[in-house]
Amino acid sequence: MTPITDVMPGLETDALLDDPGIRIVVCCGSGGVGKTTTAAALGVRAAERGRKVVVLTIDPARRLAQSMGIDRLDNVPRRVEGIEGEGELHAMMLDMKRTFDETVEAHTDAERARAILENPFYQSLSAGFAGTQEYMAMEKLGQLRARDEWDLIVVDTPPSRSALDFLDAPKRLGSFLDGKFIRLLIAPAKIGGRAGMKFLNVGMSMMTGTLGKLLGGQFLRDVQTFVAAMDSMFGGFRTRADATYKLLQAPGTAFLVVATPERDALREAAYFVERLAAEEMPLAGLVLNRVHGSEAARLSEERALAAAENLEAVGIVDQTAGKAGLGDPADPVAATSPEAPESRLSPERSNDPAPEPPQQEPPSHDRTSRSPEPHSSGRKSANLSVPPTQTEADTDVASVADETSADVSVEQLTAGLLRLHAERMQVVAREQHTRDRFTAHHPEVPVTEVAALPGDVHDLSGLRAVGELLATGSAQA
Amino acid sequence: MSRFQVVSGKGGTGKTTVAAALALALATEGRRTLLVEVEGRQGIAQLFESDALPYEERRIAVAPGGGEVHALAIDAERALLDYLQMFYKLGSAGRALKKLGAIDFATTIAPGVRDVLLTGKACEAVRRKDKQGRFVYDYVIMDAPPTGRITRFLNVNDEVAGLARIGPIHNQAQAVMRVLKSPETAVHLVTLLEEMPVQETADGIAELRAAELPVGRVVVNMVRPHLLDEDALRTASGGRRKEIAKTLTRAGVKGSAALVRPLVEQAAEHAQRVGLEREQRAVLAGLGLPLAELPLISEGVTPAALNELAEEFRKQGVGDESADAAGQTPGGGNRRGSAGGVVGS
Repeated sequence: MTPITDVMPGLETDALLDDPGIRIVVCCGSGGVGKTTTAAALGVRAAERGRKVVVLTIDPARRLAQSMGIDRLDNVPRRVEGIEGEGELHAMMLDMKRTFDETVEAHTDAERARAILENPFYQSLSAGFAGTQEYMAMEKLGQLRARDEWDLIVVDTPPSRSALDFLDAPKRLGSFLDGKFIRLLIAPAKIGGRAGMKFLNVGMSMMTGTLGKLLGGQFLRDVQTFVAAMDSMFGGFRTRADATYKLLQAPGTAFLVVATPERDALREAAYFVERLAAEEMPLAGLVLNRVHGSEAARLSEERALAAAENLEAVGIVDQTAGKAGLGDPADPVAATSPEAPESRLSPERSNDPAPEPPQQEPPSHDRTSRSPEPHSSGRKSANLSVPPTQTEADTDVASVADETSADVSVEQLTAGLLRLHAERMQVVAREQHTRDRFTAHHPEVPVTEVAALPGDVHDLSGLRAVGELLATGSAQA
Repeated sequence: MSRFQVVSGKGGTGKTTVAAALALALATEGRRTLLVEVEGRQGIAQLFESDALPYEERRIAVAPGGGEVHALAIDAERALLDYLQMFYKLGSAGRALKKLGAIDFATTIAPGVRDVLLTGKACEAVRRKDKQGRFVYDYVIMDAPPTGRITRFLNVNDEVAGLARIGPIHNQAQAVMRVLKSPETAVHLVTLLEEMPVQETADGIAELRAAELPVGRVVVNMVRPHLLDEDALRTASGGRRKEIAKTLTRAGVKGSAALVRPLVEQAAEHAQRVGLEREQRAVLAGLGLPLAELPLISEGVTPAALNELAEEFRKQGVGDESADAAGQTPGGGNRRGSAGGVVGS
């Protein structure tokens, strides 16, 4: 069972992954919040805790597939090498067209299957229809579950325009496939033959006529042949869509809503939490990715800034102030520019070793007047790392440090550290605020936090590290 | 500068914000832009802190110099009904069609039809003229589907032509395609300085180019300022902890001894991040497209912040070229000459 308790708890990731009663974990959330990485990390962790796991990803970034040691994920689960312990990890990527084809082949005889697969309407539907991916993800989930080869299935959800599409799309496709409209398309005469339906039938043929005009007769004929060929499968589609939906409501399923501590992502997460409740789907908790913290949190933003200003007021720091204090209204470089607040972007650009492709517009007044200013401040900071004058070098400075550190005074250095810390504290406060707003509305949702990592995950040990964070992140929740 | 500006990007990169800032930037000096959304999320309304947008163009913001940003949430179903009404005078039969599920079928199930309707409506706004023959909107900016789906979304012709080989939908697809593949259109991709979004941007550009869709700029969003000379910091701070501790105390920080390690570690993390960002910047530079950059708005994007971002766009020359393009508006002559390379090769 899911570890939901009455008290506002943290999310016990390990308890969830260890629970033999949990057979499916669904990761959902809006785009760009790290759903797929979370799903993969959960898979690794569960496998290394002894379970036999399959991870179903929808559209993994290439690097993520590689991080599981698989160059090409495809529609068949492949065993991931390098998992420690008794458990097993398998990974696959949904190929929606293949899955659709297999579904057709599995549920009808060979001849009819061929007729369907060759139908142009089917070909577009299976490759392009906006809900097909969602439907097929659920279909695949149903298939994996039915095979009963794994004791835990971790599912990633499609990158939908709305995180909820995967709940709706199967129903939509299902209701289309056995809806009255499609019946009408195949057999308007049948309905029209019934007493009292004559009037309706006139309307019908006018409408199919209109659609024919609109879409072209060929299109309608394709749809009609497709529907006729699929006729025997309609019941099956509906039944399976319903079965998968029930599977998602079952106690063996746990939903994890994934978000980042940002307004939009958490708003979507809140919406999702409410929707899952309405659908009676079991929510295990919220995974909050990319959370910032600081071990020096007892030094507040204000005090860090004040201290930095103290040091800079000493006067030694004026050279770096252009860099260290960009955006600071008191900063001499910024103050000369009427564009002070925005200018902080530019030095970085001029500092960049990679040549920026020329902005290809013809030179204008605006542009030429803008260029010199960021360059000058950029150069200044670049100079910092040039002359190695040894004078200030500390006895215990590592040799690599000599090249750059020599003319950076300890005041500059410390002021820089303090400003960096102030910025960090600002981020921490903002994230906390966003998070508090979520918790105020949904105090019942257990949370685990995953600290922001400086880089992307590239390998199994990276996923393992994320898994560790997932398991321990509820401590501060 | 192309008159139809399509903004796409990986989920989470802030493409709605970028589209809105672009619409504001292009609306300055008395111009009029239309910002459209197609995914039914009401992202524009949230951004401008207005009520949910109806299926109706309305003014949503005023730009410096008297320009106007209008907004529209395109709804495929309404677009189809309008369309049927326009061409077939369907009247109440439209409602009956809806009841039967026919409209639902056409707008959500039939592959590509929905996309034709959405892009078709936007293209109609691009080409619309007033009685004097001037374009009603100087620019139309679309908050488009994400990078993973953008090529298929825009490449309606391929999708639909194979299915609807004749009829108005077919013709509509053809007409839309003519606009989308012309220099009148530019597709911009929004990214962050992180590996996955950059990779997706590179893939997206390759796909767009393969489909002969005109790629515009790469917009690097949420760029964080570099507070420090990170190289100097990283190398220097490691060995000077005692000194730093003393200096902290001198600056009035209590308990400085325990603070040095976390502060230095934060600097190291920062340096690592900056290094990774630099790598991604090099990858972006290798794409051979004009770049634009927008800073991170850490307090959350408010309407005031949108104005700042628009200003940032203008400073980077986005919309500068438009000054003369707008001057040519009457008659809608060939804009390529003044477009100034915003449309990619």
